[in-house]
Amino acid sequence: MKKNHYSRRSLLKGGAAAVAASAFPAPMIWAQDIKDVVLRQAGTGVSAYNEVAAKVKEDLGFTLEMTALDSDAVTQKVATQPDSYDIADIEYWICKKVWPTGNLQAMDTSKIANYDKIVGIFIDGKLAPDSVIAQGTAPHTVGFTDAVDGKAFAASPTGFMTLIPTIYNADTLGIRPDLIGRPIESWAELLNPEFKGKASILDISSIGIMDAAMVCEAMGEIKYGDKGNMTTDEIDKTMAIFTEAKKAGQFRSFWKSFDESVNLMASGEVVIQSMWSPAIAAVRSKGIACTYQPLKEGYRSWGGGLGLSAGLSGLALDAAYEYINWYLSGWVGGFLMRQGYYSAVPETSKAFMSEDEWGFWYEGKAAAGDILSPQGTVMEKAGATRDGGAFVDRMGKVACWNSVMDENQYMVRKWNEFIAA
Amino acid sequence: MQRILNSRHLTGWLLAAPLVVVLAIFLVLPVLMIVVVSFWQATEFSIVPAFDLGNYEFLFTSHVTLDVFWNTFRYALITWALTLGIGFTVSWFLAFHIRSQTTQVALALLCTVPFWTSNIIRMISWVPFLGRNGLANQAFLSMGLIDAPLDWLLFSDFAVILAFVHLNTVFMIIPILNSMMRIDRSLLEAARDAGASPFQIMTNVVIPLCKPGIMIGSIFVLTLVMGDFITVRFMSGSQSANVGRLISNDIGLLQYPSASATSVVLLLTVLLVVAGMLRLVDIRKEL
Repeated sequence: MKKNHYSRRSLLKGGAAAVAASAFPAPMIWAQDIKDVVLRQAGTGVSAYNEVAAKVKEDLGFTLEMTALDSDAVTQKVATQPDSYDIADIEYWICKKVWPTGNLQAMDTSKIANYDKIVGIFIDGKLAPDSVIAQGTAPHTVGFTDAVDGKAFAASPTGFMTLIPTIYNADTLGIRPDLIGRPIESWAELLNPEFKGKASILDISSIGIMDAAMVCEAMGEIKYGDKGNMTTDEIDKTMAIFTEAKKAGQFRSFWKSFDESVNLMASGEVVIQSMWSPAIAAVRSKGIACTYQPLKEGYRSWGGGLGLSAGLSGLALDAAYEYINWYLSGWVGGFLMRQGYYSAVPETSKAFMSEDEWGFWYEGKAAAGDILSPQGTVMEKAGATRDGGAFVDRMGKVACWNSVMDENQYMVRKWNEFIAA
Repeated sequence: MQRILNSRHLTGWLLAAPLVVVLAIFLVLPVLMIVVVSFWQATEFSIVPAFDLGNYEFLFTSHVTLDVFWNTFRYALITWALTLGIGFTVSWFLAFHIRSQTTQVALALLCTVPFWTSNIIRMISWVPFLGRNGLANQAFLSMGLIDAPLDWLLFSDFAVILAFVHLNTVFMIIPILNSMMRIDRSLLEAARDAGASPFQIMTNVVIPLCKPGIMIGSIFVLTLVMGDFITVRFMSGSQSANVGRLISNDIGLLQYPSASATSVVLLLTVLLVVAGMLRLVDIRKEL
């Protein structure tokens, strides 16, 4: 149920008032009304922090209600219930799936103050002029459309963005350096018999299959056309290699939730596995050595952004733009970067981070003092450097983006067979 | 009018009505809904009402289904055999070796103590115990029984069955104990006087008289194990599958029609198993 007392009709009226207000400038009316706006944001939870909602209330005056769901549920909500949310906080591959339903409206980049400062990954796909664009659903390929109500993705920047990028990172394998005792350099090590019974992979088909593909390609077993959009034949081959490894007892366990991955690693049941950045931090905070190991084949990367419901208009739409501009203005960026994620407009975040924090998280420098999480717990001791180093080193080595395949349903079926095998 | 109100039939119907209504709304209707949805079609975002046998066709032609149903039966049978053995022994001890009724009641209650916490917690607590660096392995190592930690203790079929037996044995103990307590002790004395050995007394007197308890306990254990998914997921480290996990995976991927079809097949299978067991013993007559 909608909790705001603004019905659609009164919002429309408010919108009309806002239009009138902009025609006959009387900004005071608008400023008072916006306090009553409630924006409902549905998302995957990576960036759903209560601190953000509290700061919105403080800085902008209106209320942000956040709902965190798993990616399948968010996809379904965005695709089928456009009235149930105002802002969709989704990943780019989800955007590829749901944009054609017409439930989201594009954003006019001329209204985004920091548009020019957004990193190249989300504009033309290139971090540096000589960057090679990675496989999978690269954000810029689904980042633009040709009009507010455009249905197709545009090949180059058009002035209408589907999602405003907010958060992204580069994922790799986590290892226990103390239990392995030698350098790990390749994704292929996940299936190295040396780690028999001590490896793990995540049991979330859409991401697990990509990690599996990184491994198979690194082993030299399969050459993929596009790891983010495999053919049925490539899916079969990948799953055959992993099923064989599973039957040979390579895997200790699979994990589905964040906590499971932390426990497996911290208890020493597993010494090498797919992992997410905050999980590494959680293991380390227990005083256990754990490395987010950069690998020579590169990272599997993901990115998320905010999209606007097609139903948003008038005052609520103005509030949404206000919110997005605020999102890119630095405070949230700094907050997310202190968790190990990246902000789409790093330079604005710099003002909200200490020089040491900026050096550690963004530039890959050794920490001068202890590095604290936004909640105040010690994440890294003085002298530590970030695994993988600086922003350009990590995001510059993306091999593949999280994606949705044309053969998605076939892949899910095969993945289930792998789990049951 | 007065005659109608006094009619035994009406009173009977009225007395049964509340239960009928509750069962109709909360059991029959949802099951019917599941059956209906199992014929629907699913796309990635939505489920579409239809009459489509595709869900069943996939279920009956996939080799995974066979493997997974076989796995489910295997877990159920092994767990059943073990819980029956342990349950019968414990009940025997409580019924025939403990003289004082107070002690009997106290010990029976002791069996239910683990139920004071949720079954998920009881299950998860095995994980640190059985792990590679867990208590069990450390104890074995320090006793010199083994040289290297045993990996098969956790995330294996052994762990799954251990957890199932731990979680479900009490469902066997209570009904069997109940049956044993009703056995007239003079029957045992008569058997002894007639020259029966203790083993013969057990097989010829106690077991036949305990049949209803054994059957009720078996139904509990089999249905609980066959319907489970969370124990298998956690104790096997997601590496083994039973039918319940197949259903929960489908639900996670929003494939409700396919999940419904699998549920219907599982429901029918369990009903067949229970019907078969009820043919062996007429529980109502024996009670």
